[in-house]
Amino acid sequence: MTRLGIGWLAVPACVFCLLVFALPLALLLLESLRDGQGWTLDGYRNFLGSAYSWQVTTRTLRLAVLTTLICIIIGYPAAFALARARGVWQALFVAALLLPLSLSVIVKAFGWTVLLRSNGVVNRLLMASGLTDAPMRLIFTETGLLIGIANIFLPFMVLPIFSVIRQIDPRLTDAAATLGAGPIHGFTRVVVPLTMPGVVAGVTLVFSMSIAAYVIPTLLMGDRYQTLSTTIATSFLYLQDPQRGSVAGVVLLVLSLLVVGASVVLARKVRATP
Amino acid sequence: MTRGIGLAVAWFALIGCIVFLLAPLVVTVGVSLSPSPVFQLPQGEISWRWYERLGRLDGLLDSVLLSLQIAAFATAVSLVLGTMAAIAVVRGTFPGRETLATFLVSPLMLPGLVIGIAMLQCFRALGLRDALPSLLIAHVIVVLPFVMRTLTAGLSLFDFSLLDAARTLGLSYPKAVIRVMVPVLAPSFITGGLFGFLASLDNYPISIFLTDVYHRTLPIQLLQYLGESPDPTVAAVSTLIIAMTALLLIVGDRLVGLNRMAGV
Repeated sequence: MTRLGIGWLAVPACVFCLLVFALPLALLLLESLRDGQGWTLDGYRNFLGSAYSWQVTTRTLRLAVLTTLICIIIGYPAAFALARARGVWQALFVAALLLPLSLSVIVKAFGWTVLLRSNGVVNRLLMASGLTDAPMRLIFTETGLLIGIANIFLPFMVLPIFSVIRQIDPRLTDAAATLGAGPIHGFTRVVVPLTMPGVVAGVTLVFSMSIAAYVIPTLLMGDRYQTLSTTIATSFLYLQDPQRGSVAGVVLLVLSLLVVGASVVLARKVRATP
Repeated sequence: MTRGIGLAVAWFALIGCIVFLLAPLVVTVGVSLSPSPVFQLPQGEISWRWYERLGRLDGLLDSVLLSLQIAAFATAVSLVLGTMAAIAVVRGTFPGRETLATFLVSPLMLPGLVIGIAMLQCFRALGLRDALPSLLIAHVIVVLPFVMRTLTAGLSLFDFSLLDAARTLGLSYPKAVIRVMVPVLAPSFITGGLFGFLASLDNYPISIFLTDVYHRTLPIQLLQYLGESPDPTVAAVSTLIIAMTALLLIVGDRLVGLNRMAGV
């Protein structure tokens, strides 16, 4: 087989993805531009003109930003400890990250509904430690939701950063120290830039997944708390309003594409500046 | 001194991370073993009563079998399509290879619900209204990105001159691929296949638009149980899912090694 011929091997997958994935998305875009009579921008006009839709969109974005922040604040230092762990310990820690990562989202969300209820474990711990006297309302609150979402996506932040740190030569920090850099300076100027590819990968994963999260908000917040995802689902499944659902879908799709696009640019930048 | 503080923070974050991540799992297992009907951790006594009630859950076994069937089909098709495409991307010289690779991995990064409604509308427009074929086709899109990603990574490290060597020794091209390339790439197949399989088993956002009353996948059935009968029987089902996931990871660890799986 010639090298020219090898390109043809991609054809089946390509045709399949075009038909089952790209074509439906293109049709969705058309659907959002149509109503019963013909072509119209009304769907977008209604969506952009409604204060409620803006509220839903900003809420979705805020949720994704906060989740990403929580994940990086906990996940970044944790990845360093994970890279320093040795032998059996490191295997155990990696297993403890991989099991929740591979586990069904619904099972984890169910666990959180049990943990967060007013007579649940979290509240008992809080009261036993004397931090609060009365049970705190956690389930059906944004705090509870953030805890749940961060829990689902945290492994996707830790693992990419970990796999980058693993490859950093520890002698680099020693070299920085020999050249007179203090520990903080050596860390921020030498180590942090080297971990950036992992950070970009982790942030992209966590952000793009949390912006689209559906199961967790429905289970931890209920139907009244609308994000872009729940708007899409309710428009199609209950309200029979495909135009509204399609418009929300296109908005969410565009936001996700922007995230992916930004990550490609960032990843290139990070690789270019060692 | 500062280094010590930094390390302490890192270890504290890691331990916190692990406790945080495992908390919902531990609680689920605990609740399923407690005799109390109100979601409590067992206090002293352990009971299997919620496991004995599993058989009474309507449609549980059907949904498990359906989900396994869909996941197995989607994984098999994805392994074939994904391997071929990955070889083309890694070895080919045609323009736009990077774009092609991104395109084939992109369903993973795009919102599942949007893909779901888009498929629903498209399948309907094309006259495909049956749940099972729709689900089978749709789940290939769920699994394919996992296979593509691990295989392009695996193939870019594969030494293709091994194939030429095998052919010089008299193997035909397909035989050389099966006898030489497949064993070397086995870890990529296993990792991509395993994570893709699990993603298909757990998929809710795409399946929800394509199911009907007779074809309810496990996640859809589970969410329905949670909605209507919130008793610890659901915890028992969840515990079995945790056990199955752990088992699959142990198998993966034996075959590939967890560190390698985590690197993906």
